[in-house]
Amino acid sequence: MRRIRWGWASVAAVPALFIGYFFAYPLVRILALGLSELSIGASGLEARLLRVGWFTLWQAVVSTILTFLVAAPLTWAVSSHEFRGRRLAMALVTVPFVLPTVVVGTAFVSLGWRDSIGAILAAHVFFNVAVVVRTVSTLWSRIDPRLHEAARVLGASEWQVFRRITLPLLRPAIAAAASIVFLFTFTSFGIVLILGGLRYATLEVEIFRQAVNLFDLPLAATLAIVQLVGVSAALYFYSRYQERTASEWTLESGSNLSRPKGIARFGVAAATIGTLAVLAIPLSVLIRRSMSGSFYPSLLETDRVVGTPVSAVWNSLVFASVAMVLATVVGVMASAVITGRSGQLSRWFDLTLMLPLGTSAVTIGFGFIVALDWPVDLRATIWLIPIAHALVAVPFVVRTTVPTLRSVPREVREAASVLGASPLRVWREIDLPIVSRATLVGAAFAFVISLGEFGATSFIARPNTATIPTMIFRLLSRPGETSFGMAMAMSVVLAVITAGVVLAIDRARVGELGAF
Amino acid sequence: MLSVKGVKVEIEGKTILEDVSLEVADGEIVAVLGPSGSGKSTLLRAIAGLVGPTTGDIKWNGRSVVDVPTHRRGFGLMFQGFALFPHMTVAANVGFGLKMAGDPEVERRVSEALSWVGLDDFGPRKVDSLSGGEQQRVALARTLAPQPDLVMLDEPLGALDRNLRQRLVADTRQVLEERKVTAVVVTHDRDEASAMSDRLALMREGTIVQTGTLESILGTPRDGWVESFLK
Repeated sequence: MRRIRWGWASVAAVPALFIGYFFAYPLVRILALGLSELSIGASGLEARLLRVGWFTLWQAVVSTILTFLVAAPLTWAVSSHEFRGRRLAMALVTVPFVLPTVVVGTAFVSLGWRDSIGAILAAHVFFNVAVVVRTVSTLWSRIDPRLHEAARVLGASEWQVFRRITLPLLRPAIAAAASIVFLFTFTSFGIVLILGGLRYATLEVEIFRQAVNLFDLPLAATLAIVQLVGVSAALYFYSRYQERTASEWTLESGSNLSRPKGIARFGVAAATIGTLAVLAIPLSVLIRRSMSGSFYPSLLETDRVVGTPVSAVWNSLVFASVAMVLATVVGVMASAVITGRSGQLSRWFDLTLMLPLGTSAVTIGFGFIVALDWPVDLRATIWLIPIAHALVAVPFVVRTTVPTLRSVPREVREAASVLGASPLRVWREIDLPIVSRATLVGAAFAFVISLGEFGATSFIARPNTATIPTMIFRLLSRPGETSFGMAMAMSVVLAVITAGVVLAIDRARVGELGAF
Repeated sequence: MLSVKGVKVEIEGKTILEDVSLEVADGEIVAVLGPSGSGKSTLLRAIAGLVGPTTGDIKWNGRSVVDVPTHRRGFGLMFQGFALFPHMTVAANVGFGLKMAGDPEVERRVSEALSWVGLDDFGPRKVDSLSGGEQQRVALARTLAPQPDLVMLDEPLGALDRNLRQRLVADTRQVLEERKVTAVVVTHDRDEASAMSDRLALMREGTIVQTGTLESILGTPRDGWVESFLK
């Protein structure tokens, strides 16, 4: 028995050390740095904190509300109706969400929309509509239709049924979607950095400016702490609602979709076509304008300042491959611990591993440059980039792997053990082959996340290790039509690679894409 | 010879087995019979090493196996519901134990084991394409293929429908006898127990209350519960 425990401990040690050193320890250093500054009380600090904090909060709230308003018609259409192209509509609405934020930002700049709060809000809505549509419609389509019929028989109008029956039952999904959209927009970095100009900054953008442009690390740390408090509050709200999902008896196991009748047909068509058309505008303009000059060939030319833009593609592919392997190894080991027999340890692991998801990418990158000079200075190694990406991606690998591992009955593992397989052998012969498909999907997600990762990378990428997103940002920051054209061309390249991988994932059809 | 002595098992603070003692001679088939929840499966799990006894000892041929991990005990256990490996073929399932033991003739011995249970050409089949009865035979072949010293069967026919059970009772017993194995069979069905075994061990609320052949127990039941349970 003792031997088994040791084996278990060593499996747990890898993800624990990885998260501990690259995530928890930098966070502690940020806390120490930020709190020491707070006690000094630098002049003007409070005013700036208040200004940035207030902007971050209200733009997130407004973005969330607007996202719900825009998503409502399509959510209604796909939740209770079966129609030709429904699946396609669901896939298309998800496209903006899987695009890297830098691409979304560039797309809105290509509309000629920059330095404005309107552009920021519009881009947030564009990016997050899929979260609301997918999260809410998943629950909505499963509500038992007899509840609706029963209410109608009791004399309720359609509107009253929606108001008194459907809406209350949807509350968990609405709360979950709202928390996620709020979280994404509260920690929005790429979109605000690109579209906000110098006038608008979220905490995330301000941390970046203070740390990278102004070298005021203590102030950046203080901002990071304020942001952490906000994020924790949103996560707490989210997890509370996750626990209280709708009672199962109100739900049907399958989905109950019916063909729309009468006036509803026009409603469904208008909602679907209208929403998709609006979402298509930024991307189609981006693609068209990227082809309005010889921008693609320019990506191959060497530039004095930014180097050869296309080399960033190579860098990104290499980093993404390394990050994918790292995230998969750490994620699978962590999943083994989470689904393992030690209840206490697994719960603790489950929570800890989700934290990098809630903490912003900027905080992770910032933590790296604050903390990773101990015990040896790692800050100059290019390994930091794939490590940061892996950190962001591990929760996704865990989320795809854990459910499959949990689906393996205990007896199947025990049978292998009785037949002479050591614990390690059981893992290799039983667990690994069974989860490999799901884990492959998680690995592909890790690859996509790494390709588009911008927040953490912007802290640690060097000029010679630029990734596609940091290269796009550098091109965007330079004046001149050619630079902008190249940024658009580069964004299209990134979007195409991302879409290719996501399409492959969707083909594998393991688990719902974008399910939380 | 298997010898279980004074075994107590607690799981999450609840006592599942209390002072269980049982001896099974070489080549003997003993059926552990009792109502559901009486601890029959836990007894098998304790012998297999899947749960550790709090007190008491389990010996095989005079040597304690309590400290030997499951995968080194060399016992066979057929699970209730069969627990076939869903991602493997029939042949890979049956050959798993042989592969773990590093047997040089896995292929030959797999087809041998499949012929014991009358599934000669089933090797390449996927397990999810099998009927319930076929799954039962594959599980039995998988358990017997490595030729374990002791075979334990947990409700070997429990998941199957009535007609099939009656047929498979005789088949299973025949396979066990031909292989001359020492076996413990757990079941809640009186007729199944007596048809498959040489001797019964009656279990109630975590303890063994009486052992012997069906006739001898019926002749001198220890108490009213035994009498009414066997009726």
